[in-house]
Amino acid sequence: MKVEFKVDEKIHSVEIEPGEMLIETLRRLGYKGVKHACSTASCGSCSVQLDGKAVLSCTTFTAAVDGHDIKTVEAFSANGLSPIQEALLEEGGSQCGFCIPGFVVTAENLLEENPDPTEKEILDYLKGNLCRCTGYESQTRAVLKAAKERRTK
Amino acid sequence: MSKIFTEAQFSVVNRSIQKVDGKALVEGKPVFTDDFEIPGALIVKILRSPHAHALIKSIDTSEASKLKGVACVLTYKDVPHTIYTRAGQGYPEPSPYDAFVLDRKVRYVGDAVAIIAAESEQIAEEAMKIIKVEYEVLPAIIDYEHAMDENAPVIHDEPEISGAYDSKHNIASHYEMKLGDVDMELAKCDYVVEGTYYTPNQSHAMMEPHGALSYFDPNGRLTVITSTQVPFHARRILKRIFGVNCRVIKPRIGGGFGGKQAILVEPYVVAVTLKTRKPAKCIYTREETMTASNTRHAMRFNVRVGATKDGKLQVMDLRGLSNTGAYGEHSLTVFMVAGSKTLPLYNKIKAVRFVGDIVYSNTEPAGAFRGYGAPQGLFGLDSALDELAHKMGIDPIEFKLKNSIREGETSPIFRIMGEGREGVEQIIKSCKIEECAIEGAKQFRWYEKRKLPRIDKKKKIAHGYGVAFAMQGSSIPAIDMGGATIKMNDDGTFNLLIGATDLGTGSDTILAQIAAEVLHTTVSKIIVYSSDTDMTPFDKGAYASSTTYVSGNAVKHAAEKMTFEIIKAAAEILKKPVDTLKLDDDSVISDDGERINFSDIQTQLFYTFNQRQLEVTESFVSEVSPPPYLVSFAEVEIDLETGKVKVIDFLNYIDCGVTINPVLARGQVEGASAQAIGMALFEDHIFDKNGRIVTNDFFTYKIPARGDIMKIEVKFAESYEPTGPFGAKSVSEIGMDTPGPAIANAIFDAIGVRMKRLPIKSEDLFFEIRKKGLDG
Repeated sequence: MKVEFKVDEKIHSVEIEPGEMLIETLRRLGYKGVKHACSTASCGSCSVQLDGKAVLSCTTFTAAVDGHDIKTVEAFSANGLSPIQEALLEEGGSQCGFCIPGFVVTAENLLEENPDPTEKEILDYLKGNLCRCTGYESQTRAVLKAAKERRTK
Repeated sequence: MSKIFTEAQFSVVNRSIQKVDGKALVEGKPVFTDDFEIPGALIVKILRSPHAHALIKSIDTSEASKLKGVACVLTYKDVPHTIYTRAGQGYPEPSPYDAFVLDRKVRYVGDAVAIIAAESEQIAEEAMKIIKVEYEVLPAIIDYEHAMDENAPVIHDEPEISGAYDSKHNIASHYEMKLGDVDMELAKCDYVVEGTYYTPNQSHAMMEPHGALSYFDPNGRLTVITSTQVPFHARRILKRIFGVNCRVIKPRIGGGFGGKQAILVEPYVVAVTLKTRKPAKCIYTREETMTASNTRHAMRFNVRVGATKDGKLQVMDLRGLSNTGAYGEHSLTVFMVAGSKTLPLYNKIKAVRFVGDIVYSNTEPAGAFRGYGAPQGLFGLDSALDELAHKMGIDPIEFKLKNSIREGETSPIFRIMGEGREGVEQIIKSCKIEECAIEGAKQFRWYEKRKLPRIDKKKKIAHGYGVAFAMQGSSIPAIDMGGATIKMNDDGTFNLLIGATDLGTGSDTILAQIAAEVLHTTVSKIIVYSSDTDMTPFDKGAYASSTTYVSGNAVKHAAEKMTFEIIKAAAEILKKPVDTLKLDDDSVISDDGERINFSDIQTQLFYTFNQRQLEVTESFVSEVSPPPYLVSFAEVEIDLETGKVKVIDFLNYIDCGVTINPVLARGQVEGASAQAIGMALFEDHIFDKNGRIVTNDFFTYKIPARGDIMKIEVKFAESYEPTGPFGAKSVSEIGMDTPGPAIANAIFDAIGVRMKRLPIKSEDLFFEIRKKGLDG
């Protein structure tokens, strides 16, 4: 079957297999920032924004995004690094970096909805994004820093 | 000569420079193994054994091979029958040679049976389903405590096995050491504590699954891109198996923690590429990464410790049993580290014994995992010392501090216990364990907190406070080598070529900082290229807490040699004596103020003057392995109605020498703490009766998620290790050691219950709470 959708402002018209998951389609189209880590909707590494809302691409059917708007991590650094990306670098919040694309996509969502989150709100909102390297401390610091940066912009 | 350097003396080192690979990572650039697309690459899948122990009676691949789009199906009949160890260690490895790419016998649920290569994943999976295998199922050992039972099935009966201690009795390795008479000295002690402690087969659960990709380059050179911590060991072992030399490239690695210090996926893709001449890619699923790669060695330790009433620790006696699973990679060395990286901490004892067996069982193989045995050994040892202090009525900090090692001292264990062989003597040149304990206690408010009431009957919660002391090492001395090459460019930049393997730790960055510091330049002028066996000098790889120390020293020596070469060239150009010149701010300056910048020097050397390329290579092997030290403080809150334990605060006070990059060093400790808190409280593998791991994904195998741990803090002691690059020691592993015992000690402090098995499951703790009548 054929579907048409927008990824990072670019329109794609692609032939897909029935039952194909969005992560496979996106990676096939070259959006390698979408990471495959668990396939069971439990780690958040494959997160993308669907019409501005973070979803797990490993459990979203590509057929379901026909006519919709997808944003991957790449969209957020189109004009230089975003405050979250900058803050991750400053705070050491990205070690191996494998979970980071999904984290960035979800954290952008958080700050859109809640420009001044508390530590607890950050932990709750990003609970679905696992990281094995950092112990989360530096990532929390990074989101707090990025929130402040965004507010003062 | 413990000299404290202040920040002012460094311009690049001891600064929180951003990771050199950081920008690409936060942008989600295609830098990991699975992100590389080679046109026409076959997708490789592995058919795995459903039985824990079985012989393949027959295997029929004819139908699968005929399926359209299938390139090949390989069984044990089609791959070299070469025995090897999957352990990525220095050669000759101290691990038994007991593994084949594919064998007629399968030894755990998940062991490889056949390699399928097809044009797509779907076709490969389709083909996998129609391979017909007839198994002769053998009795299996699922519980490693029964591996040495009489009449236990023999797991490794292959005639080719070598290096195993007693494979007929399922003993992969055995180790024993003793100093003094343990029983006699224990009899003289006023206080003795004995206990049996268990640590689990924790999964690394790095976010990036294992994976590898192989192809012939245009000149016919076999090339392997792989998510490995040990590219040079991978190349050597692939040569052993297939008789083919190849190039191994390590791209960015999505976490390893020791799990990628083994040769796992590479032989499968190489077998396919050699057979078909086509590129081949194999990326493990999460389930394969969980159940068919490797885990931490589960261990049981029977610990006896004894002290005299003057507060002196006199005896440590550890008898262990370690589960290496189906294959013996890292079996001996991980077990030895359980002693060699814990016992020297207490160097004033009269008698010490460390003995045990590392046994095969029909479970997922164990391997290297952050801490490499030390967390297993320390859980029992530190728990027992805590109990001993309690029995004696002494504060555990006071007791452990009184008996621990100091600067200028040594331990005979350094010489006795190495990695798989004898160790090396060493005098401790940097040890700030007193500061760690005393300042840490202050910041944690240890003494105030220990006066607080522990049990709140109204809220049905209890609070407890525990402490643990740890040491680790920095490198495997006299064995592991790292090399570094520095090449100067005509724009004033330098290529830093290193075999050292950044697996997310930031080692590329800290090695660039070391080079920049020596060369009086900035990190932006150091172009790091790491881990490509055809392009970079040898390095043992990323393990044994050695990259900062060994590779760091190699880089420092190379940069010093480059400094000499630059000054020599400048002397020729400026016609001034060498001893009147020095480096300053990307230039060479003379006593009388004349200046020539790096760019001008190399440009002249390229085109117009005494023409040559400035390039140097240096190697480093350490004679010692200076331990970092860590004192960790845990505050737990226990729900008395459920047994659930919450870590309220976990404070680490660490002596890792000078931190080359404080933010990255802090991240190493924070991450290790979280991983070890996972092992202490959440992470538990469950087997079904056939030996299959049921907990094979992130739903069922619970690693700490955001919010599961309330607070992890890291403080650094001011310390300078004279043998380290700019005073540095290792930092990445030690944080793994303390959470297990610190949390168990805190639980004991809260409710008087001594938990001796990790993970401390809420249901187990709840039953203990009930027994004590604290639940109502």
